[in-house]
Amino acid sequence: MSDYNYIEEQSYDSKIDVGIWKKIFRYALVYKKQVIIAALTMILTSGIDIAYPLFTTYAIDNFVEKGDLTGFGWFIAAYLGAIAIQGFCVYNFVKTASKLEMGISYDIRQDAYLKLQKLSFSYYDKTPVGYIMARMVSDIARLSEMIAWSVVDLFWALTYLIGVIVILFVLNWKLALIVMVVIPPLVVACIYFQKRILKNQRTVRKANSRITGAFNEGIMGAMTTKTLVREEKNSEEFVEITSEMRHASIKSIVLSHTFMPIVMLLAAVGSAIALGVGGRAVVLSAIGSVGLIGTMTYGTLSAFISYTSNFFEPIQSLARILAEFQSAQASAERVMTLIDTPCEIEDSAEVEERYGDAFDPKPENWEPITGDIKFENVSFAYKGGEKVLSNFNLDVKAGQTIALVGETGAGKSTIVNLICRFYEPTEGRILIDGRDYRERSQLWLQRSLGYVLQQPHLFSGTIRDNLAYAKKDATLEEIRAAAQMVHAEDFILRQENGYDTEVGEGGVRLSTGQKQLISFARVILANPKIFVLDEATSSIDTETEQLIQNAITTVLKNRTSFIVAHRLSTIRTADRILVIRGGKITESGTHKELLKQRGYYYDLYTTQFREEQSQGILNK
Amino acid sequence: MDKKARNAKKKGIIKSLWPYLYGSKRYFILGTIFMLTAVIASYVKPYVISFTVDYAIGGREIEDAPNFLMNWIESLGGREYLIEHLILCAAALLLCQLCYALSVHLRGRCIGTASENMAKTLRDNLYSHLQRVPYDYHKHVSTGDLIQRCTSDVETIRRFIVNQLMEVLRTVAMIIFAATIMFSMNVKMAIASTVMMPILAIISFVYFKNVKKQFQSADEAEGKLSATIQENLTGVRVVRAFGQQSAEMEKFTHDNADFKEKNYKLLKMLALYWGCTDCLGYLQIAISLFTGIYFATTQPEVFSIGNLLLFTTYTSMLTWPVRQLGRVLADLGKMSVSVERLNEIFDQEKEKEPGKALKPQIRGEIEFKDVCFGYDTYDDVLKKISFKVKPGSTIAILGSTGSGKSSLVQLLQRLYQCTSGSITIDGVDINDIESGHLRRNIGIVLQEPFLYSRNIMENIRITRPDASDEEVYEAAKVASLHDVVMSFENGYDTIVGERGVTLSGGQKQRVAIARMLMQNAPILIFDDSLSAVDTETDAAIRDALSLRKKDSTMFIISHRITTLSTADCILVLDDGKLIASGTHEELLAKDGLYKRIAHIQNQLEDELIEEGGM
Repeated sequence: MSDYNYIEEQSYDSKIDVGIWKKIFRYALVYKKQVIIAALTMILTSGIDIAYPLFTTYAIDNFVEKGDLTGFGWFIAAYLGAIAIQGFCVYNFVKTASKLEMGISYDIRQDAYLKLQKLSFSYYDKTPVGYIMARMVSDIARLSEMIAWSVVDLFWALTYLIGVIVILFVLNWKLALIVMVVIPPLVVACIYFQKRILKNQRTVRKANSRITGAFNEGIMGAMTTKTLVREEKNSEEFVEITSEMRHASIKSIVLSHTFMPIVMLLAAVGSAIALGVGGRAVVLSAIGSVGLIGTMTYGTLSAFISYTSNFFEPIQSLARILAEFQSAQASAERVMTLIDTPCEIEDSAEVEERYGDAFDPKPENWEPITGDIKFENVSFAYKGGEKVLSNFNLDVKAGQTIALVGETGAGKSTIVNLICRFYEPTEGRILIDGRDYRERSQLWLQRSLGYVLQQPHLFSGTIRDNLAYAKKDATLEEIRAAAQMVHAEDFILRQENGYDTEVGEGGVRLSTGQKQLISFARVILANPKIFVLDEATSSIDTETEQLIQNAITTVLKNRTSFIVAHRLSTIRTADRILVIRGGKITESGTHKELLKQRGYYYDLYTTQFREEQSQGILNK
Repeated sequence: MDKKARNAKKKGIIKSLWPYLYGSKRYFILGTIFMLTAVIASYVKPYVISFTVDYAIGGREIEDAPNFLMNWIESLGGREYLIEHLILCAAALLLCQLCYALSVHLRGRCIGTASENMAKTLRDNLYSHLQRVPYDYHKHVSTGDLIQRCTSDVETIRRFIVNQLMEVLRTVAMIIFAATIMFSMNVKMAIASTVMMPILAIISFVYFKNVKKQFQSADEAEGKLSATIQENLTGVRVVRAFGQQSAEMEKFTHDNADFKEKNYKLLKMLALYWGCTDCLGYLQIAISLFTGIYFATTQPEVFSIGNLLLFTTYTSMLTWPVRQLGRVLADLGKMSVSVERLNEIFDQEKEKEPGKALKPQIRGEIEFKDVCFGYDTYDDVLKKISFKVKPGSTIAILGSTGSGKSSLVQLLQRLYQCTSGSITIDGVDINDIESGHLRRNIGIVLQEPFLYSRNIMENIRITRPDASDEEVYEAAKVASLHDVVMSFENGYDTIVGERGVTLSGGQKQRVAIARMLMQNAPILIFDDSLSAVDTETDAAIRDALSLRKKDSTMFIISHRITTLSTADCILVLDDGKLIASGTHEELLAKDGLYKRIAHIQNQLEDELIEEGGM
């Protein structure tokens, strides 16, 4: 988890933003019952904490001083009762606060995740996965933990502080007034140090993530380091980073070992005053005279001494809560920003009414899709960027296969993204079966769409789970038929558990080529009307590629399809090949027609052909 | 495991940590001393209060008071003087607290410094060790696991020193002090004040030994939750393309709920622990208080109010650390596991100089004589390779994937040792050349080069940090990189690598070429390192190279005939064997792999004419 930390280091000294916290606390208010129970148990706990010294006071004044043990049994019973109640309270508040914490984190995560399922691709293109992970995992954990436990602590600290002050004033208001002088410096010291400590912890965390990064680099780049003879230099540079870490860590330790002694010293000033001034009063009381602060018993004196030496605890807690709120504000902002991010692509209210949304679709109202696709004067620019497409026109009849060729950045992926409605045109419109696709729901299109990516993504689970991803109720026969079609069954059956082999996180246990085959079969099983193959076969070896080439031809029959390919040998049979350069179609026609033109396509094809043939001979 | 073996293991742990502890011994000793003074100060303070209450305020004779104290008070004027000057008692109290505060502060400083020094040395050693183990080791271990060891395991050990070890020492010191004082004052009271403590420690110990499973399952649930989120985020295109958002939401809800349940279960168990042990702890204090009240009431001449306050204070000071002790002891296992995991790294031997470690001037005459090589115990990657290269000539290597091309050039750099046969440079066996010297004189560009997380400028001049910007530009121009870099927003200041901009494969290769050029090595190796740039750029780079590097011996691994054809000698490898060698013309004259590949060009023309119907 700590890996994500380096991302989260942003503003720190910001003022408390009430608006954000209101939103966060709304999550806590769902658990009104828990909040109330936690608050009540905390008040009870601090009441008992306050009572303990009073028990001693009572015992000294009533038993010891009088030399008489009458009522000692009741005293014991009451004391044990208090212990039992406190034990129960502790159990109860830990349990309740935990429930609160887990409940809040659960709810915030649900909301955030739901938002993530709705956000458009423009968000994902700009936001690295690491950032989102940091929000989803550590920020939310931190927030909910803080809210739940700070509520508990807050109630305890406030009750304890107020209770002690009230009791001291009741016992002897003059002495109470005198010992109160330590409170202001205590408050100042606590706030000052708590803030510095939290700030320093942040520096330590940053240094720590730099160390992790350096280890990562040192290990990943081991070979390069050897070839460049950088071992010595790298180690020297690493020492600099660890020195920084040591410096920050020692500072952090020293800081907290300065803070506590100072706070306790201040508290001891209170005790010393109580002992000096109160002790004098006890002596005077014993000989029957009355001094500056009135009469005092031994019991009261002991109460004063023990209360003053515990004074700092609630103050320290309050300062800590305050500092934590300040430092967690950045987390709160990030989480709330995520939840409040507007979706750029949203179905209109009417569309949603008629077709349903992604979570509650109304497929009964969906018109069947034929597959005519038309770009009408489509222009497109990524937010804040230059136009990638301008006035782009393309008319594709249902069942046609269109290949897109061009350099990286020429606009091929943009066209694909627009077809899938991952983005929408900035100007112009895209018609599917003659109607602007914005008049239908996103799900309507995407459920009829098959998309095979260059970097195939599998989900952890078995091969079978992955094949049936888009058709959860598929039978084994259907699954096998799809796998056989792309010649994937051979390697699947060679796996340890055949179709039930776990693929690992992101499919790590399979090669890229194997993953591509599975993601291909997965699409076939979904039986879509529109196919998009985005460099779908780039990592499959030539031999297998030739095998599945026939399969592709069969599969694409009667479906509208778009193929983006670097390997031109795979698109020779396309109905139309479009060369895209600079957001425009520069060449268009069949393979033969384009070769005749001796243009860009011809050059590209000949170069590639040469290389592929050499590879073929070499790797036979 | 039998007892003997376990003891041996334990000894190993202390032995392996010892140098690190020893390195900061002064801080450890000082820290321990300050820890002891802190303990003493914390015990004297209640005594001052008790003495004030009993003697000064209560007017009782204190039998066990130290003589020097009584003498001093007598010399001042006895109890009467103290009553009039209670401020002296208050000052004594503050003095104790001040001593305590200073001790705690200094203890923190010393132990903090010691443990951080230790952690730093440990990290530095790990890093430098990992830099110096043979490359073969890195091929066999998982990066994630190594990083885990270098970070979390070091942290576990550091925490053990700074928290647990000191905590145990402190608690033991406190127990010894408190027991000595309490038992010397009143044996019955002392027993009453400590009777529950062993139980408390044992309960904590047993509890935390057993709750491990719960911690683990909560951790696992968290891991699963993050994995689910991560997968959804990286696979967002697939999710959307198939319209599977609602299924994904369901899956997440399940994992999220599971995480909540597992954690809640764990926290509930912790709640039970805190509730119970709090009860027990307060019960201990209560027993001490009740007994004290009983004695103070019934035998006031033996047991005073001051004594009562003293005993209850000592009891509450001791109770909670004793509870913590149980937990610390239960966690000790973690530390020894971490130490073992680190030892496994340190046990890996560093790269050694196999020969005389000479540093001869290198011209670039290379000879392979019956070189065999295999990874692990197999001996099949290269089979009896022999060839000779004149200085300044260019050697091209052609071969299929797995034919041993890369191994061959890596042997030259001694990244691996050949299993038999010999490689000589200018007549000197490379085993006799110091590895740094050897590698500095051989520049290599890998097919998938690694760039460091720093800017492009620093990456290029990484082997010669003192090189001027002009030299860097020049190298970049040779590598056809300069214009590309200039088109970046931040130019040469663009950060690349793990935490920077992601360069394309071809761009990375070109940065690596420029970086290698800065080395000015007499021998250059291009291990398929132009594979990701287009043919035109490839040609441009090679032209610029041959101008600049006229005298260098060059090895080029490639499958582009245009690249291969210009070499002085072409080696054709197949399945670890050298099946042919010679110039372009010589190889064309023979039937074989090279000829077949070279003839593709003509073939292509024919086919195109056919296809295009020309």
